[in-house]
Amino acid sequence: MAAAASLRNSESHRHAAFVRVTHWITAIGFIALLISGAEIVISHPRFYWGETGNVLTRPLFRIPIPSSRSTVPTGYGYVLPDQNGWSRYLHFQAAWAVVITGVAYAIWGFWTGHFRSNLFPAPGDRTWGAFLRGLAKYMRLRRPDQAEALSYNVLQRTTYLFVIFVLFPLVIWTGLAMSPGFNAAVPATVNLLGGRQSARTLHFLVSALLLLFLIVHVAMVVWAGFICRMRAMITGAMPTGTMPPRTVLTGPVSLQPERPSEERT
Amino acid sequence: MSAISRRKFVTAGIAATAGLSGIAAAAGLARHYGLAPPDCSGIYGPGETLTYAAHRLLAGNSPAREFPRSMISKEPFANELAPLGDDFKRLQSGGFSDWRIFVDGMVAHPAALSLSDLKGLPVRSQITEVVCEEGWSYIAEWIGTPLSEVLKACALLPQARYIVYYSIQREWWESVDMADALHPQTLLTYAMNNGDLPVGFGGPLRLRVPRQLGYKNVKFITRLTATDSLKKFGKGLGSSAPEGGYAWYAGI
Repeated sequence: MAAAASLRNSESHRHAAFVRVTHWITAIGFIALLISGAEIVISHPRFYWGETGNVLTRPLFRIPIPSSRSTVPTGYGYVLPDQNGWSRYLHFQAAWAVVITGVAYAIWGFWTGHFRSNLFPAPGDRTWGAFLRGLAKYMRLRRPDQAEALSYNVLQRTTYLFVIFVLFPLVIWTGLAMSPGFNAAVPATVNLLGGRQSARTLHFLVSALLLLFLIVHVAMVVWAGFICRMRAMITGAMPTGTMPPRTVLTGPVSLQPERPSEERT
Repeated sequence: MSAISRRKFVTAGIAATAGLSGIAAAAGLARHYGLAPPDCSGIYGPGETLTYAAHRLLAGNSPAREFPRSMISKEPFANELAPLGDDFKRLQSGGFSDWRIFVDGMVAHPAALSLSDLKGLPVRSQITEVVCEEGWSYIAEWIGTPLSEVLKACALLPQARYIVYYSIQREWWESVDMADALHPQTLLTYAMNNGDLPVGFGGPLRLRVPRQLGYKNVKFITRLTATDSLKKFGKGLGSSAPEGGYAWYAGI
């Protein structure tokens, strides 16, 4: 309760403005990457391992969907329309937006201690026991308590750190490894992954993990209280049971300078 | 309370203005230093300019990866071809002895070169990967004349900034900047894996640009034009790719 009291008194936010802005840029960019990435996969829904692979090569696996190219044997009697032009334009533009935002977020996070205080597990939680207790709580389908509305638990922290410092760097690396221009500059980008087709397959698999994260993330937000959690990530305010509604209203009211008299008194 | 919000509002406004003027200044700089691609207007312009500028600053003259002979694909894939016209079939029936490649534009000595003229120029071979934007790829040995040798033979003028190249298939034409045009691996290819270049792979003459995707590697080359501006070619977007919705720069 001490945390809730200090929140009320100091008007501190659940999420810093920098986190909220970078979160939503990343969210929009990631959705764009997912849609355009899926469209690009449709032009060749087969995956290989090693350096080369094409329709004459045995695939590692293939996705049982129709294709936008008649040269790909899919078993379907029709060919989907080609969407790769705009998909590729959008994919790389969104990638730039997400990478620039991500780099800014990472610098800010280290600089302000955001990672240390909000995402690295708290000192008492750095044990397998704490991790398993947190997991057991999810298994029993217990909704988050008051403390968890104000701070992340150990499972959330571990997941976010994994997504930020493992999955995102991996998806960027495997993406760059597919660029023939970038490969010319830094051949190790693709060689360390075992070849171009391995990079493509890994890019797809890491993207699938990121999609899984997105689905679970949104499901948990809905489960924990959609309006409350969305407000926390949009306005920053996290109303608690003890918090008067006035605090929540200050944001919008302050943006209406034409009738400020009552508020000022 | 409202003072703090106003301060935040003003700060955010200044940050946004600074950001936008920063982007505008960067776009101006990119154009000034030739780091903006010809299809840089439009909603995807910022992403395309960032990619092209980053690659030019980072990759410079660095070579595409070359592979050992053992990695040459046993089953290269030729991809679909649009139907070849009567002109092509007539030249094919003559063993391509009448095939000509015209070199014009900003060159001191415009020329019409036959395949044997090309073979008289220095030869280079390389084992590189063809990479399709769809995701598939194969490795082959490519043998041909470096484009830079042809441009040298025709005395390329120093003000040229792009080379536009045309297929006998009229709807397929592309262009590259001088970084790729003069790159030692950019070859006018007439042989593949120790045989003549098969028609399916672009024979008798294909331009290999191994640092860019397959669609920049135009098959059945009949003409090269050196120019300092792409504005007057087609719709002014640089090549047929952006006119069909694909990016001009295909190094990614």
